[in-house]
Amino acid sequence: MQHYSGFGLVKHALTYHENWQRAWRNPTPKKKYDVIVVGGGGHGLATAYYLAKEHGITNVAVVEKGWLGGGNTARNTTIVRSNYLWDEAAWLYEHAMKLWEGLSQDLNYNVMYSQRGVMNLGHTLQDMRDIHRRVNANRLNGIDGEVLDIKQIQEIVPIMDCSKHTRYPIMGASWQPRGGVARHDAVAWGFARGADALGVDMLQQTEVTGIRKSGNKVLGVETTRGFIAADTVGVVTAGNSGVLAKMAGFQLPIESHPLQALVSEPMKPILDTVVMSNKVHGYVSQSDKGDLVIGAGIDGYNGYGQRGSYSTIEHTLQAIVELFPMFSRVRMNRQWGGIVDTCPDACPIISATPVGGLFFNCGWGTGGFKATPGSGNVFAATLAAGKPHPLAAPFSIDRFISGKLIDEHGAAGVAH
Amino acid sequence: MSQQNRLGTGGRIDRSRPLRFTFNGVDYQGFAGDTLASALLANGVDVVNRSFKYSRPRGIVAAGAEEPNAIVQLGASEAAQVPNVRATQQALYGGLVAASTNGWPNVDRDLMGVIGSVGGKFMPPGFYYKTFMAPASLWPKYEKYIRKAAGLGRVPKEADPDIYDHINRHCDVLVIGAGPAGLAAALAAARSGARVILCDEQEEMGGSLLDSRELVDGRPASAWAAAVLAELATLPEVLVLPRTTANGYHDHNFVTLHERRTEHLADLAPSLNGRRQVRARMHRVRAGEVILATGTHERPLVFSNNDVPGNLVAGAVSTYIRRYAVVPGRRLVLSTANDHAYRAALDWHDAGREVVAIVDAREHPEGDLVNEARARNIRIIPGSAVIEAQGKKRVSAVQVARIDIGGFKVAGRVETLACDTIATSGGYSPVVHLAAHTGARPEWRDDILGFVPGKVPGMTPVGGVHGKGALIEALADGAAAGTAAAQRTGFTAPAVELPKVAKVREGKAAALYQVPHVKPAMRAPKQFVDPQNDVTAAGIELATREGFESIEHVKRYTGMGFGTDQGKLGNINGMAIAARCLKQTIPQTGTTVFRPNYTPVTFGAIAGRNCREFFDPRRFTALHAWHVEHGAKFEEVGQWMRPWYFPRGNESMHEAVQRECRAVRESVGILDASTLGKIEIQGKDAREFLNRLYTNAWTKLDVGKCRYGLMCKDDGMVMDDGVTACIAENHFHMTTTTGGAAAVLDWMELWHQTEWPELEVYFNSVTDHWAAMAINGPNARKLLAELTDDIDLSGENFKFMDWRAGTVAGVPARVYRISFTGELSFEINVQANHALHVWQALFDKGEKYGLTPYGTETMHVLRAEKGFIIVGQETDGSMTPEDLGMQWCVGYKKPFSWIGRRALTRPDTKREDRKQLVGLKPLDPQLVLDEGAQIVLEKEIRIPMPMVGHVTSSYFSPTLGHAFALAVVKGGSQRMGQTVYLPMADGRVHAAEVVSPVFYDAEGARQHV
Amino acid sequence: MLHIYCPHCAEYREEEEFRPKGEAHIARPVAPEAASDEEWGTYLFFRKNPRGLHHELWYHAAGCRKFFNATRDTVSYQILETYKVGQKPSVVAGQSSNKGAAK
Repeated sequence: MQHYSGFGLVKHALTYHENWQRAWRNPTPKKKYDVIVVGGGGHGLATAYYLAKEHGITNVAVVEKGWLGGGNTARNTTIVRSNYLWDEAAWLYEHAMKLWEGLSQDLNYNVMYSQRGVMNLGHTLQDMRDIHRRVNANRLNGIDGEVLDIKQIQEIVPIMDCSKHTRYPIMGASWQPRGGVARHDAVAWGFARGADALGVDMLQQTEVTGIRKSGNKVLGVETTRGFIAADTVGVVTAGNSGVLAKMAGFQLPIESHPLQALVSEPMKPILDTVVMSNKVHGYVSQSDKGDLVIGAGIDGYNGYGQRGSYSTIEHTLQAIVELFPMFSRVRMNRQWGGIVDTCPDACPIISATPVGGLFFNCGWGTGGFKATPGSGNVFAATLAAGKPHPLAAPFSIDRFISGKLIDEHGAAGVAH
Repeated sequence: MSQQNRLGTGGRIDRSRPLRFTFNGVDYQGFAGDTLASALLANGVDVVNRSFKYSRPRGIVAAGAEEPNAIVQLGASEAAQVPNVRATQQALYGGLVAASTNGWPNVDRDLMGVIGSVGGKFMPPGFYYKTFMAPASLWPKYEKYIRKAAGLGRVPKEADPDIYDHINRHCDVLVIGAGPAGLAAALAAARSGARVILCDEQEEMGGSLLDSRELVDGRPASAWAAAVLAELATLPEVLVLPRTTANGYHDHNFVTLHERRTEHLADLAPSLNGRRQVRARMHRVRAGEVILATGTHERPLVFSNNDVPGNLVAGAVSTYIRRYAVVPGRRLVLSTANDHAYRAALDWHDAGREVVAIVDAREHPEGDLVNEARARNIRIIPGSAVIEAQGKKRVSAVQVARIDIGGFKVAGRVETLACDTIATSGGYSPVVHLAAHTGARPEWRDDILGFVPGKVPGMTPVGGVHGKGALIEALADGAAAGTAAAQRTGFTAPAVELPKVAKVREGKAAALYQVPHVKPAMRAPKQFVDPQNDVTAAGIELATREGFESIEHVKRYTGMGFGTDQGKLGNINGMAIAARCLKQTIPQTGTTVFRPNYTPVTFGAIAGRNCREFFDPRRFTALHAWHVEHGAKFEEVGQWMRPWYFPRGNESMHEAVQRECRAVRESVGILDASTLGKIEIQGKDAREFLNRLYTNAWTKLDVGKCRYGLMCKDDGMVMDDGVTACIAENHFHMTTTTGGAAAVLDWMELWHQTEWPELEVYFNSVTDHWAAMAINGPNARKLLAELTDDIDLSGENFKFMDWRAGTVAGVPARVYRISFTGELSFEINVQANHALHVWQALFDKGEKYGLTPYGTETMHVLRAEKGFIIVGQETDGSMTPEDLGMQWCVGYKKPFSWIGRRALTRPDTKREDRKQLVGLKPLDPQLVLDEGAQIVLEKEIRIPMPMVGHVTSSYFSPTLGHAFALAVVKGGSQRMGQTVYLPMADGRVHAAEVVSPVFYDAEGARQHV
Repeated sequence: MLHIYCPHCAEYREEEEFRPKGEAHIARPVAPEAASDEEWGTYLFFRKNPRGLHHELWYHAAGCRKFFNATRDTVSYQILETYKVGQKPSVVAGQSSNKGAAK
């Protein structure tokens, strides 16, 4: 692998950048691999990378129907945080957070992970109870976090309307300083380049059309480029997981919904952190390019169309203008949608399946990007060992039968 | 005020209305009818901005929405600041103040330009990803610098004083674009009587008709446009919306039209009749049929230094000359691959300025316009193209050479021609953006060298966007589509007679995108594809070399098309370059996807009026005014404003709550309980329905009785609770939590309609109909007795959990003897309009008992003393009735398997070590534990450490004389008497004893008196 | 933004009047106590979630407050039919029909 550095850049400039190598090959599929990872998004690529790097399994193919990182990796709002309520979720996301913190150096690819802090606003007394509960839990799990009062919030985000004049005045916030944002495309590309250098084949424009089984054991995948054999197949296809599960002959506790996001035109720096609010329902950060990156709510219907309803965008911008009245004259440049695979408990599935050798990693819903390295890391361990990594074990499909859900919808109940 | 580029005659500007404006601190003059761009060009302003990466000087390229460079900051005052205004779409008004968004100290003398020209070669696409990694600790510093360099305009520092609104519209035919095809379509549809909306983004409707050289019915084309618009104005079912951009095309023919109502007048919306006008209006249109008449965008050619100011697309040159009477230079070289662009040279020549040469990529240009150029003795250089521009802040010359398009190389000697303006045309890309919003993939057509819209149900493309750009074709295409659309929506639409237009003979266009240079693309001077993002042809080539082969990878790696112009000029060129590098065709390389918005729209316009008080309805009880008058502090509960506590004088919240608590326990207090959800349930199967809905049994509840009920989802988790009264055998009155009322009603409808339609039962929300006043305390009966003479209040005849109808304070009332405090309590329900009267009467009579109003906080303390849960506070979607210790409320023996029952026997719900509701008594009796504090079993903090639960509610009880809390703790019911610990953020560790959650009057004696 | 025909109101209305309620025709086990944990978990959580034709439940929440079913393509978002609760869809995946051809 060509090493990237500032010095290298200067050297290449002298030869008119004509000697840069490919970041990854465009190989012809082999007949058989040790492991096939279906889905070349961030999670799938990370899985392949860690399989090769940490488990020495390099005879691996990533089978991607489109282009690498073209699904939700390309469409999310890039927020990274690990301040989850329940132990199981907090441990998993914190595992990811620790990997994020060294990822650029590990991959020799600058994923621009910017630890500018993530703020979750509270607008009601119950919001504040929930914030205290979560921050206390985070602290005892070794995850950074604190509860902010209005004054502290205003110091960090002076442009936000913290007055009593908003419909739901801000009462406080939780704050995770290590949280932040990353350059989403670079994450996919960095993992792809790293995996390629370790021998992994990235098979783009290769769509899985069937899963071949013998009895109850997976044999490989049928693709638009022919059958490819493997004893172990890991499916990491987010919104399309249900389609793959159907090919394998079972159902998942997952529904695919449109999730929309939008960006403003690029602006000079104005917002230095990530602000999220469940109550008024909006979240916003500013990218290094200057765009305000804003996440919208999920559309309630099932959808694979990568687009949602306009009213959802309206509600989101109402929330943003409510929080930031000075953004009213800022203009929305683009909106788009992804397909998110939502689980009933808002937690992922990292699990064996009824088919031997076939594993699924899905159900990340609206929050998968932040987990990318952690998800790939524990899924790689799961595929390598043929049994769940300890951090993945609580996220088995079985929990929907036993009832052992990990409800990260949080205390979203009703109030008296 | 020279306006040195302004022609003495012609154009559509009003020379009698000169307007002064300021750009980068310099005063200029333009005319009404100008855009900011045309006025800048009239005044010879070449450099309007600096590019963000290389800080290169940039000038105006286009005349419309596709302009990538002329992005300015607008606004004369702080609150009026508008970032990123496209000068080509901003009408000039008197007093306009604008400035470049980049360039320091200014655009003309930009110091960053030095860094850009020296450092540019070290900034290929993706350079961020390859650098700034070592040492890792410096990344935040690098990032700060990167952020500062990026971005265009700035956000105003003050809140927007303007207002925006929305309007919902329905029409039979929506025509987007008022050029020849759109006008013909609108006219044809409108004459049928169909409801037609016609919108166009420009200041003036007419599109290409406004700068056409052709005649329509023997008159200038603009006259035909005026006549059509005049006729449309007379038709009552037609809505014509100028300055209105169809910015988003959504499913099922839902289109948003962004109407800018005042931006052409001032930077702050002016007042009209004493009221501030709406700055922008969003029309939310549901259309039967959509006719897309959005025309084309001309593609510039990609050659070296094609970003030096003085480079324009050919059509823009014509537009500036013919519409604005501005010739943006002296000496023109036109480089083209088609006939249509010859108009620029003809218009330039006819304006009396020099056309140095027309450089045509085709060997044998033939056509009417070519002949016109020949007739004017304009030099035509065939088989050639401009390969490089020279000049820094303005074009000074061009290098022209013979080129071999197929071989992608320069095929002859290079000639240098002095000039100050270069017009180029590589062809015309249909404006497919809106159609692509719906998910329809554009389709490539070799015959027109462009993508046309994919199929969208109910949408017809016409004119240029349909590959029918010639005027005569566009008119016919539009008229036919207008007629057909009206017919499809049920109208009788006769075909319209088309105006007479002479056919213009045009030669076949050549496919030219990137022009070869004598040096390879990687070594040639920069050839810009997307100038706003400083994306070059070499950058695209590099991306493909590095394996970024999908067009989406190319775009993301280079940034192409991510600007505020969404790559309207550059995307097709970029795809063509990627295709060349990958040795494949453009359609093989991919298609081009566009997302809303077509052009950027302010957040304000999208949000409309729905902020602040309109963000979400605020609900008030019938007694709200009284509460305000009596100094209540309020708590938001759902959408409701509920009194939180009623401080007297300078009381703190703690003091007020302690006083309110004591009043209830010692005499009598009153709570406005009107916000509780109330649902009428009627029908012969109402009782059976309750049996299935609630966890407990309802079969034996007699008329006149009430019962507390717990509701689960079918996963066994508690979702709501409340008291339901039996009004008559087939009639029940249910109460729900304040926040849960709507969801519970939906829940009931869901089960009834989809699962048990055979049950005869009806539901009705009556939350707002009844006001509810709960009087609590030992003196409650005495007080109520003074206001009713037809209800027997005696303990024997009106027992706890009974209800009675009667008269209270002279008005009809239902009185429920239920209690959320554990005290003797009556909840008086009256018609909401009578509430204040009854409330006042209670206070009149209650004075002698010290009747005390209390709010939600006191209610919380009192109920917690009794161990009563609040759904949403003690529960979080993971608590079963058994977890809450409410087995007494579970009808295990009910014959029908009620909602949630089966789930209680799942492996996880049967676990003994589930979190269970307990009481906590802090070892320090004065210490009120933090709500949300986590509970551990060890005193010593070690991180990470296992947590066994958390505090859900915590208060100081004046009645008990100590602090207490409710909590959920793993296996809590087995831990009675154990000490648990609560580690705080500040390092302190509190200790508490696990006790029963019922702290007060466990026998319930007080409520049974 | 969907335009939805409410079979009870017999009119097309805007999406904002409706609420989607997920997969239609999910039968609650008739004898829940006899259902295995697996059957109960499947009923509660496991869904078809098809890419393509989906029979789904909608609620005319800000209208007639009636539930009804729709057959909708989850990719194109085209609604091929709406029908009342208790009725069967006339457009089913894998079968051609006149309405289906409209897609």
